[in-house]
Amino acid sequence: MMRIAEALEAFRPHRGDALVVPGRGGRYWVEQTTSPQFDAPLGDPAMGGHAGFGLGLALARPERKLVLFDSEGDILMSLGMLATIAEQAPANFYHFLLDNECYATTGGQPVPNAKNVAYDKLALASGYPRAHAFEEIGEFARELPAILGRPGPVFVWLKVYPEVENEPIGRRRRWQTRSREQVVTDLRGGLGIAR
Amino acid sequence: MAEASTVALSPETVLAQMKQNGVTDIVWLPDSETNWLYLLMQAEPSLRLVGVSREGHTMSIAAGLYAGGRKPMILIQNTGMMESGDSIRGWLLSLNIPVVMMVGYRGWTRHGVTTDTAATYTERFLMAFGLNYYLVESDADADRIGTAFAEAERTRRPVVVLVGDEYHGFNR
Repeated sequence: MMRIAEALEAFRPHRGDALVVPGRGGRYWVEQTTSPQFDAPLGDPAMGGHAGFGLGLALARPERKLVLFDSEGDILMSLGMLATIAEQAPANFYHFLLDNECYATTGGQPVPNAKNVAYDKLALASGYPRAHAFEEIGEFARELPAILGRPGPVFVWLKVYPEVENEPIGRRRRWQTRSREQVVTDLRGGLGIAR
Repeated sequence: MAEASTVALSPETVLAQMKQNGVTDIVWLPDSETNWLYLLMQAEPSLRLVGVSREGHTMSIAAGLYAGGRKPMILIQNTGMMESGDSIRGWLLSLNIPVVMMVGYRGWTRHGVTTDTAATYTERFLMAFGLNYYLVESDADADRIGTAFAEAERTRRPVVVLVGDEYHGFNR
């Protein structure tokens, strides 16, 4: 297993001008990124939707890579999204899964069949042309340049340690520095989109 | 009594409204009234169709398309819209996405007694979410679609077009 922050840190030097949707890795990514205008740290607008947002952004901006850090709870809630992504097949879509086997933000309860779901096989069976699986950060870091060097869509399953939050929501440290609306506005501004 | 052809909302009219309002992407799940419209959209080179397997997926995809500079439109049925409540809240309302959702109004009837609970709860649902909406029953109402687009742009909010089902205008 690896820590979420380690996985993001391994990716960071290879980012280039990619758009990044950090999903539930957002609280770490906001401290690592050097191009926040091209990030979409939206927190959790509604569970199960990160992949859809990433797909939409990838389709809209085919000239840039779109890197999404999804979670297994989100994917399980929207499994059909894998088929939609595979059908659209955006070559700039890099779909990373941070799988901690649990609902970390609600106290760590396991997701259904947590230890037995093969997410890479789900992606392939849905029509993704490529999928990878990594449990150790070293191997992931070694393979990452080659993964990003080939066209997408690609699915990359990463086993991460659960970093469980047990504090009531109102007492948790707020990592978002911008409202969601502001994130979208900044992203559009960074991309040169007129209001 | 009016002829059926004059009171129906034709798929050609809907497609023309999409083009007139600069729609680039249709994020959609077919409903019982949209087959002929689907064939027209498929043949239209200026539109990209993004099909989903659950209506709640359309909201986050549309939000991503908008964030990247496209002008998406959502096309779903009222049944799926009601199941999509949290996605509407989280991905459209909280991100201020100016998108038009064209929603098939299954069970709608102008004069009769509504027997389909899909229709019973549709407008109540929209009012609960504070979503403004326009009812379109025929080609004569088509300018309401443009009104919905203008309102979405002006208010930076999703706006709904309810498609009255009585005449099955999309089928052929």
